[in-house]
Amino acid sequence: MIPRESTFAYSPRRTGAMMLRYWYLLRSSWPRLLDLVYWPTVQMITWGFLQYYIMQNAGFFARAGGTFIGAVLLWDILFRGQLGFSISFMEEMWARNIGNLMMSPLRPLEFISALMVMSIVRLAVGAVPVTVLAILFFGFNLYGLGFALVAFFLNLMLTAWAVGIFVSGLVLRNGLGAENLAWSIMFLFLPLTCVYYPVTTLPTWLQPVSWLLPPTYVFEGMRALLIEKTFRPDLMLDALALNVVFFAAGVFGFLKLLQSARQHGSLLQSGE
Amino acid sequence: MPAPPPIAIERFVKIYKTVPAVDGISFTLTPGSVTGLLGGNGAGKTTTISAIMGLTTPTSGKVIVLGAEMPRQRYQVLHRINFESPYVAMPMRLTIRQNLTVFGMLYGVPDLPSRIKELGEKLDLTDLLDRPTGKLSDGQKTRVALAKGLINAPELLLLDEPTASLDPDTADWVRGRLETYRRERNATMLIASHNMAEVERLCDRVIIMKRGHIEDDDTPGKLLSRYGRQTLEEVFLDVARGRGVEREAAQ
Repeated sequence: MIPRESTFAYSPRRTGAMMLRYWYLLRSSWPRLLDLVYWPTVQMITWGFLQYYIMQNAGFFARAGGTFIGAVLLWDILFRGQLGFSISFMEEMWARNIGNLMMSPLRPLEFISALMVMSIVRLAVGAVPVTVLAILFFGFNLYGLGFALVAFFLNLMLTAWAVGIFVSGLVLRNGLGAENLAWSIMFLFLPLTCVYYPVTTLPTWLQPVSWLLPPTYVFEGMRALLIEKTFRPDLMLDALALNVVFFAAGVFGFLKLLQSARQHGSLLQSGE
Repeated sequence: MPAPPPIAIERFVKIYKTVPAVDGISFTLTPGSVTGLLGGNGAGKTTTISAIMGLTTPTSGKVIVLGAEMPRQRYQVLHRINFESPYVAMPMRLTIRQNLTVFGMLYGVPDLPSRIKELGEKLDLTDLLDRPTGKLSDGQKTRVALAKGLINAPELLLLDEPTASLDPDTADWVRGRLETYRRERNATMLIASHNMAEVERLCDRVIIMKRGHIEDDDTPGKLLSRYGRQTLEEVFLDVARGRGVEREAAQ
């Protein structure tokens, strides 16, 4: 007899089961593994050469060594973090397996936890080789950022998860017709979070919008560190506070969309 | 205190936007019974099964499974239920053993390797356990789906077209396994099917739905006798085409 569990029980075993499922999937497919490394590498090399060219021709950028490559690598943490979360979720929709999961004892928070861990695993598979290439090709050592990198990484991952969780809820509620959001939503953050330029570049009226997004603080913090050689803990704490709100809103949105999917009977019909 | 019935549905209504999919049905299943849920497309079978599994919230009425109100109290009983349908797939890239391991862990099955071995032997899957699920034939995939459905030795097993797209020999084999499982565990089963021969063989009760209502509910024998028919298929057609009432009145 399997023991009875309360509604709010959290089972590491069930979370582990989902992580195991995604790990089996990842290692069974070399194209999936290759895809994790391919695009970040192409992007890093392109921007690395651009930065190399600009450094040879502009005094300011010569002092700002590594800002482009650093921005590319941090942007990749944000983008790939969300994509890693969403793709693992989407695998269930593509496999028409979501019904099996939703009628199993798996709790939404266990499902979300497993997706969060797998987004880190996917990111590590893709990003670690690229950061090594950045050292070899351009002499840019991301790990040289030290503690600041930990603060950047934590804040970017929290935003990535918040967005990934919310988008997964939208796909759960609306079916694969909403799939494109998973691929494109983060690109809205690209201009607004000022990945490659300071916030002051934006029109004055748009700057407050930018400061509402946690990654803006990370990219400003990165530029402060690389250009002015100053670590700004105030920016990281502001980002963290906003991330707490973003993450809570993402989880709340997911649970509400799941509830709505139950009301509309869309959990068994997970097509378009 | 007596155990609650496996399924007790009271005045269950489900309306999607303005369209009623199920319109106030009630029925109760007894432990160890096998009930067929019949009806044409759009009769409300899938919505009913979906509500029993906690995947759909009733607009009104109650769906109580093993004593828990669905979907509000679903986590108290989901580990005692399972479901098999050819329309809900298993991950194709994972091997059978990997799939059963994942679902076994989700359902909290103790001594999982032994359970997988046991299911492999009972469902004739032992030699296939390390093959990717996507590389199996339809019949083999159905057996894998059944293995997933039985992984937690459920007290209540919900089946949606369990032998759809199978050849007669494999379908007969699957029905035999279901009969054995019911006998061994005294499990309760609810089967949604369009295969009347299957329903006649497996079910000791038949509920016929039409446009969200229960049109009839009895044992197969009594239905045949009441409609004056030789097969359930003829009974089904009478109900579907609205001839049931006329025939009963004429008799």
